[in-house]
Amino acid sequence: MDEVLLLEAVERYLKGEMPAQEKIFFEELRKTKPEVDQLVVEHTFLFHELDRHAGVKAYKHSLYEVETKLTEEGIISKQQLQGKAKIVFLWKKYKRNIAVAASIAGIMSITTAGLIIAYTQKVNESNKEDLIGKWENTNTKIDKLTDKIQTSTTATPTFTTTPDYRATGFLIDGKGYLVTNAHVVNRLKTPFYVVNNKGDYFNAETVYTDNNSDLAILKINDTSFKTIPNLPYSIRKNDLDLAEEIYTLGFPRNVIVYGEGYLSAKSGNDGDSTAYQLTVAVNPGNSGAPVLNKNGEVVGIITSKEKNADGVVYAAKSMNIYKLLEAIKKTSDTQNIKLPYNSGLRGLDRSQQVKKMEEYVFMVLGN
Amino acid sequence: MSNLAQEKLLLEGLAVNDRQAIEAIYRDNYPMVQAFILNNSGNTDEARDIFQEAMIVLFEKAVSGHFELNCQLKTYIYSVCRRLWLKRLQQMQRFAGWADNMDDSVPVDEDLEIHEKHHSDFILMENAMNKIGEPCKSLLDAYYMQKKHMQEIAQEFGYTNADNAKTQKYKCLMRLKKIFFAQYKNGQ
Repeated sequence: MDEVLLLEAVERYLKGEMPAQEKIFFEELRKTKPEVDQLVVEHTFLFHELDRHAGVKAYKHSLYEVETKLTEEGIISKQQLQGKAKIVFLWKKYKRNIAVAASIAGIMSITTAGLIIAYTQKVNESNKEDLIGKWENTNTKIDKLTDKIQTSTTATPTFTTTPDYRATGFLIDGKGYLVTNAHVVNRLKTPFYVVNNKGDYFNAETVYTDNNSDLAILKINDTSFKTIPNLPYSIRKNDLDLAEEIYTLGFPRNVIVYGEGYLSAKSGNDGDSTAYQLTVAVNPGNSGAPVLNKNGEVVGIITSKEKNADGVVYAAKSMNIYKLLEAIKKTSDTQNIKLPYNSGLRGLDRSQQVKKMEEYVFMVLGN
Repeated sequence: MSNLAQEKLLLEGLAVNDRQAIEAIYRDNYPMVQAFILNNSGNTDEARDIFQEAMIVLFEKAVSGHFELNCQLKTYIYSVCRRLWLKRLQQMQRFAGWADNMDDSVPVDEDLEIHEKHHSDFILMENAMNKIGEPCKSLLDAYYMQKKHMQEIAQEFGYTNADNAKTQKYKCLMRLKKIFFAQYKNGQ
């Protein structure tokens, strides 16, 4: 008997859609032919597994949604330990490691202190010089990914002139705060614009730039912008592991483009520990594009790529966003930025994640 | 309504993926678990993970229909979380004794064993689904996971009619079966 036919029969049998007469025949067949019975058992098992799989998947999704809701209500607290509590917590967590580390450190420091003191002055000076030299060198090698817009781009009504540059940014707070690259805002003349996936233009201004991490925070300053209540993705605080899968959404063209890759190194250009090296296809215009992992957490922000090597892309670590916010808090108290903290994208298929995500990734345009 | 009857209702809700039941259980039990994890050198992210896993254990138990409430729901969840967290700590070699010495948990080892088995089956199925390729993956996903109608699927995937889509679906199932069982037997 054709196995496909049997498969269909088993499914109908399990669902109870089999007419009584066929059912008798079917059961008779199982009894008389052990090989058929064996197949039926296998198929039944497969259907059960599929069914259970579907059940657990749906249930997991409900769990994530409930979690997101309760986190917003504050029933589930997000990771926010401060001051004393944090120290106590860290102490508890690492007391064993600290004990070991402290004893090693003690021995090491005594034996090497003399040497270090003797050499510190010299080494520092020579390092510094080297660094400056290298910086210029590497700077020229790196392509900033801000794209020059071709003149063929149709001008939009809000623009008096055609925009020259295009990059990417994404929301970190539904009130209209976006993250993009510092080199983007440094290049653009104010006023510049951000455009969502529906093609709506909004005026935006720079709130803060940090050239070290090459990140900047923008705020949409436009009455037509409506606050978006919950962003579905969270911003990751910890480092990713090597080889973890990542993907990115950006505007190397005038439409949003999806790219997939993996984490190749935990540091960026010149050993920069605030950045990652990724392998993913990016092009001019991807500057400021969010990098997400499979759970839908933002793990980084695309910044640049190596000119002379293939597929070497650098991204600022998402942790930098938290540092930026700390810095903003110190300089002004008018900006109250609240980062999203729970990924509602977890457990979703990639295409569904991207579908949800698209809304929050903006094109940054300006002269 | 008595406490016991109420908890039984909640579990029945869980079994049919009722959002309200899930939320109620979260509200009643999550703070306790979070406090426990934080007290025992964990953080809130880890607390969330552990609680989630416990909720899946609970779901599996509820679905199986053999849930005898011989203890309070709270005690059960606490016991599962405690066990899961101990395992996690030992894996990370961070376990240095409990902060409290009170162990009022009930034995859950058997349930967790079943859960591990289910979990590995879940991963196997997930892997098999990822390996069958397109359009099979989307097709089976649409029918079995998203529970769409064959008619709808035929339209979405561009088959001329539901029967064609059905034939394709069975072909895909055969592939899935092959891959799934190959892995399954390897894993045994």
